Amino acid sequence: MPELDIVDLSMRFDLPNGSSVQALKDVSLSLKEGELMSVLGPSGCGKTTLLNILAGFLAPTSGKVELNGHIVEGPDAERGMVFQKGALFEWMNVRDNVEFGPRMKGMPKAEREKISDHLLEVVGLQDFKEKAVYELSGGMQQRVALARCLANEPDVILMDEPLGALDALTREKMQGLVLKLWKETGKTIILITHSVEEALLLGERLIVMAPRPGRIHREYNLPFAERGVNADLRDVKKSEGFAEKRDEILSMIWEMEEEIMGRTEQVA
Amino acid sequence: MIVLLFYLGLFGGAFFIVYAMRRGLQSRQDFTSLKTVTFGDESAVRADRAASIISVVVIFLIWGAFTGSKIMPIHVPGPFVGETQFTYTLEHPDGSTDDATVFVRVPAFGEEAESFEVEPGTGFAKDVAFAAPAGRSSTILFDKNDEVTRSDGAKIIAINGTAIGPDDTVDTGDGSVSLTGKGAISFTPKQGLQMNPIWLPAPETVVARFFEIASEGYQNFSLWQHLGWSLLRVIAGFVAGAIVGIPLGYAMGLSGWFRGWFDPIVEFMRPVPPLALIPLVIIWFGIWETGKIVLLFLAALWIMTIAARAGVSGVNISKIHAAYSLGASKWQIMRHVIVPNSLPEIFTGARVAMGVCWGTVVAAELVAAQKGAGMMIIAASKFQLTDIVIMGIVLIGIIGYGIDILMRKAENILVPWKGRS
Ligand SMILES: Nc1ncnc2c1ncn2[C@@H]1O[C@H](COP(=O)(O)OP(=O)(O)OP(=O)(O)O)[C@@H](O)[C@H]1O
Ligand SMILES: [Mg+2]
Repeated sequence: MPELDIVDLSMRFDLPNGSSVQALKDVSLSLKEGELMSVLGPSGCGKTTLLNILAGFLAPTSGKVELNGHIVEGPDAERGMVFQKGALFEWMNVRDNVEFGPRMKGMPKAEREKISDHLLEVVGLQDFKEKAVYELSGGMQQRVALARCLANEPDVILMDEPLGALDALTREKMQGLVLKLWKETGKTIILITHSVEEALLLGERLIVMAPRPGRIHREYNLPFAERGVNADLRDVKKSEGFAEKRDEILSMIWEMEEEIMGRTEQVA
Repeated sequence: MIVLLFYLGLFGGAFFIVYAMRRGLQSRQDFTSLKTVTFGDESAVRADRAASIISVVVIFLIWGAFTGSKIMPIHVPGPFVGETQFTYTLEHPDGSTDDATVFVRVPAFGEEAESFEVEPGTGFAKDVAFAAPAGRSSTILFDKNDEVTRSDGAKIIAINGTAIGPDDTVDTGDGSVSLTGKGAISFTPKQGLQMNPIWLPAPETVVARFFEIASEGYQNFSLWQHLGWSLLRVIAGFVAGAIVGIPLGYAMGLSGWFRGWFDPIVEFMRPVPPLALIPLVIIWFGIWETGKIVLLFLAALWIMTIAARAGVSGVNISKIHAAYSLGASKWQIMRHVIVPNSLPEIFTGARVAMGVCWGTVVAAELVAAQKGAGMMIIAASKFQLTDIVIMGIVLIGIIGYGIDILMRKAENILVPWKGRS
């Protein structure tokens, strides 16, 4: 039985000036428990909109999202979020950020501490527990965000460009961490990215979306995530089939971008 | 005008001296000193410590020099003090002339002129003794002892040998002499460049006044009571304003109905300076404590409301979304996300509000009060006690500055994450 079911999802934004934007049109998708899916697409194709609907922050104009047999109607602890940046609570130290979810549920302190101790160790921040989050680097902050999300034991983790604000080297390390966490926890993960390489590395499944209206353009099943669990990600990038897939998807997105540009030029 | 020129001179002079001195020992190479583009780079401009110190010293220097301060070695020329004399030449109606001397004693500022006698001398014009008041011109009735007077047709034709007519002026060195329209002598002692203590007393006078009032009090209340009452009013008004304003601001940040309802009121009241409310508040609440605290409450209320509203609106939506996805309830989000997230804004508002309240309380006390810092200076000004006025102004400034420093300290301790997200 599929865990996450997205059925004919459409989203139209009516703008105050009378026009409207079809951000998503008839998106259907199923994810099984423990699947890792990455989402690629040109800017403005509705990736964030899709994720916000899955998270329950937006209600779709039509269609539905089902998780474990019930319809998603609002945000809930079963669906964890990791944002690009700015979502940590500066007024709490690292440990309190990680323990936020359990604390809201009323878990006793000793239990919470066990969870945060373990998770901060997993993400390599065991020496920064008492630090203020604004004293950490961008990469460390994202590790706190991952730990905070995992501490809450969600069924699905939704990530909107979680590594988008990091430098290339940190980003590579974090990609390894995401794969490791995925394998260790067995969570269902949907990850939005702008980087084709990242999408290939961090997606058992990869969907490429197309804009106007936002829809699923192509879908791939990829071996690289599985390979990356036990190998150096740089070797995975050199491994068989990676370069071809990358070039194929790059030119696909490139074409879409060109088409958008062409259309806007015509309008202008 | 002269003071301003002095000030500019010291400003420029100190700059060149300090820079010449520094050129020799330019060894420290911090980050800024290695920057080649500093003009226009705001971060490379730091307050020069030496300039700040010299600036304060210069103010006291000028203050002392222009008030004849006793603790200052150099002064600008002061007013003439002591004994001087000049002669006048009186013409008899029959054409003969005679000289007589006027002896003048000028006391220091603030001292009484003591009358004295001199020998009248010979001739029909007799010598005169005159005790002049300090710092202003006075008319000398020179002919009250002369054998012929102006009513007989005698008139003055020269001062110190210099011919003089009505409305002419002759400089005698220690002052100036002119003839009034009626032919009497008007003597003005030399003023110098120093200030009359009624305009500006010397620094040590102000300090002495401070110690005097600190130990003896002023107008039935001790100095600490005056200042304490002002502070108490500020705190009472501010706390009341915060207690009402912060929840109101939160409500406006969280509910469209509240925002719609109160937006016009807040936006209208915000630009009205609290001082403009004094008359109405006096009419409604009277001039005593209730009126003052209501005024300060109003001064703080809008600032705190707007700060709290801005604090709520300023929350990054990702934080709210993250909190919901972590299973927080609305109340938990309020308590653990919205309130802490708004604290930096509220602190900024509180600093502004405290400053405005402090200024407003002084102004309100100027209008009517029996005690308070503002009352002290307005009461003193009625008796021309300029030293108390200046002492009061300095204390008001110091306390206002102190409040701001305390608020900033509190901010650093309580909201260390301010401006760091
Ligand atoms: N709240 C909104 N109101 C109106 N239009 C919106 C709103 N949110 C998104 N849109 C529009 O919907 C479309 C999809 O936006 P979305 O943010 O989902 O794109 P995206 O794929 O996440 O882009 P990016 O890669 O730049 O993050 C865009 O055309 C955008 O202008
Ligand atoms: Mg987006």
